[in-house]
Amino acid sequence: MLAAAGTPAAVRDWSRGERAAGRALWSRIAEAGVFALAVPEAYEGLGPRPVELAVAFVELGRYAVPGPLVETVAAAAALSAPGPAAGRFLPGLASGESMATLAREGGYALDGDAATARLVLAADGLRLAPGHGPVRASLDPARRLTRLHPGGELLDPDPAADRALLWARLATAAQALGVGLALLDRTVGYVKQRVQFGVPIGSFQAVKHRLADAKIALEFARPLVLGAAVTMTPADVAAAKVSACEAAYTTARTALQLHGAIGYTAEYDLSLWLTKARALRTAWGDPDACRTEVLRDRA
Amino acid sequence: MPPEPLPSLETAEGFAAHRAWEAELASDGWSAVNWPRRYGGRECGLVRWLLFEEEYYTADAPGRVGQNGVSLLAPTLFAHGTEEQRARVLPAMARGETVWAQAWSEPEAGSDLASLRARAVRVPGGWRLSGQKTWSSRAAFADRAFGLFRSDPEAAKPHQGLTYVMFDLRAKGVTVRPIGRLDGKPAFAELFLDEVFVPDEDVIGEPGQGWRIAMATAADERGLTLRSPGRFLASAERLHALWRARGAPQRARAQVADALIGARAYQLATYATASRFLGGERVGAEASLNKVFWSEYDIALHETALDLLGEEGEFAEEEWSQRYVFALAGPIYAGTNEIQRDIIAEHLLGLPRGRR
Ligand SMILES: Cc1cc2nc3c(=O)[nH]c(=O)nc-3n(C[C@H](O)[C@H](O)[C@H](O)COP(=O)(O)OP(=O)(O)OC[C@H]3O[C@@H](n4cnc5c(N)ncnc54)[C@H](O)[C@@H]3O)c2cc1C
Repeated sequence: MLAAAGTPAAVRDWSRGERAAGRALWSRIAEAGVFALAVPEAYEGLGPRPVELAVAFVELGRYAVPGPLVETVAAAAALSAPGPAAGRFLPGLASGESMATLAREGGYALDGDAATARLVLAADGLRLAPGHGPVRASLDPARRLTRLHPGGELLDPDPAADRALLWARLATAAQALGVGLALLDRTVGYVKQRVQFGVPIGSFQAVKHRLADAKIALEFARPLVLGAAVTMTPADVAAAKVSACEAAYTTARTALQLHGAIGYTAEYDLSLWLTKARALRTAWGDPDACRTEVLRDRA
Repeated sequence: MPPEPLPSLETAEGFAAHRAWEAELASDGWSAVNWPRRYGGRECGLVRWLLFEEEYYTADAPGRVGQNGVSLLAPTLFAHGTEEQRARVLPAMARGETVWAQAWSEPEAGSDLASLRARAVRVPGGWRLSGQKTWSSRAAFADRAFGLFRSDPEAAKPHQGLTYVMFDLRAKGVTVRPIGRLDGKPAFAELFLDEVFVPDEDVIGEPGQGWRIAMATAADERGLTLRSPGRFLASAERLHALWRARGAPQRARAQVADALIGARAYQLATYATASRFLGGERVGAEASLNKVFWSEYDIALHETALDLLGEEGEFAEEEWSQRYVFALAGPIYAGTNEIQRDIIAEHLLGLPRGRR
């Protein structure tokens, strides 16, 4: 489904604020049940099913799908306690009819201009933001960030904030893993066909070893991501986040280097994954925050 | 120093502002301090030149739009050009009136530069250039370019039969297509050449000897002139200030200290190289040590800065992000670090040459 969707064109449109292709893609992802995995059955979802969700997010990363994917999942997690807010928002999120973004108070929200539900985890509970500020350009052009306006309707004075963070981190980790896998695949393909000095550059040991190292990093991140989806403990999820994001970022550096100058251009599709690997590394808990979480309960 | 930071060099507006800055520097001989006075320099020796660069970057003065010309073409003209060429080219270069682009790489000739295919065909009074060049930094806004062309397709080896020429980017037959770097800014361009005439006066050195001349230029690019230690000292100080401003977090302590240590190491290594130069020694493959060191150092430093900025580090227009994007290309241009490591292993360590 994603392979046929021509995601690079959709990503480029999305970066410019043109959303038709991105929304169509969003609907198909929802139809496949991806967002429903984060929504309890009581609210027309299929979940919670973190393992399936992680598997799906690896694929979303692999195809560089744009939009507030993680944020929609996090919003669903934040709204998961039974109550009026859950009934009001969750069915729409599960079906793909609505698109949510979620930010911590004072932080930036992804795609606040595209989302239909803009949620803020404020000091006094979960609020529906009344609007958003100007969009700021990220190093990853597909990530459009904005601050949400304070105030707005109070949806839940005691939302599942920790749960939201946990799901956001898991989804980000899985997405990053997919980004890393795509970067590795594309680079392996490239070095087999790019000829310099009369031979494919993939025959040079310096090139082979860098790719082998990327492969090792990704293959040891994968079990952490899937394992975290099984246990869903904060420490496991944080471990998955830091290792998947570091592996993806290392792979991005390798991919850039091995593509040479063409990898350094915006018009070549590789850039869509390169810049995302960098951005996901700090989204929803940077490496330091995640490492701190890993150590927290081990006093 | 300009009262306000200049806009990005990678924009038309920024390019113009940087040209004006070069002219201002040149008015007092500061744009090429090591050149003879008759071309617009101050005849500084190596040590004073290094000191000038340190002061320049410590002051956080603007990036140099004339860099390709000043650090690559000018040394080539001093070594291989004619007096007529020097007198014609250098003063305008020093004043930023003529900004130069380096036209070496081609789509099929990157690391393997000697496989280049663009041709120079002999015609009365000069040559006609045809073919494609790519990744030419600043060519989107530059005036002229220098590059290598195959003038003898029959030569026995790919390194032979190449000719080094200068040409006008606005000449008849030249098409410049800007290419956006990672953030879309037109940092380089591809050049399509269709029977572009260049007069004999614009050939550097003997026709057919281009490779030898270019390799001397490449050593300059990697060696002393491309990245002066002043840049990294200034960057390390900026990083240190950022770290302090963020409350000097424990986690980044090691990286910030390493940035300061690395800058000092590079500075002292450069002084050591300079004293060897002054002692009459030539510096060849050692230039590759420099290139690998500064390019990897630069990325590590900027990654630390982005980590310190956290969420703010994601924004494309932040100064640190812009510098990070620039640093990312360091291990690719001026000879990739893989190629440099081969040179170090083979020429400095004496290891056997690999299959190539
Ligand atoms: C920002 C930027 C500015 C530039 N500016 C200019 C400019 O002004 N003028 C100009 O002429 N060029 C410029 N270049 C081009 C630059 O010189 C080339 O990108 C560089 O020589 C590498 O060539 P390539 O991109 O074709 O990569 P390739 O040669 O295709 O290399 C791809 C990968 O294979 C590796 N590889 C290749 N051969 C070997 C080997 N034998 N052993 C091990 N690994 C190998 C490389 O290290 C690299 O990782 C610029 C490039 C960049 C990124």
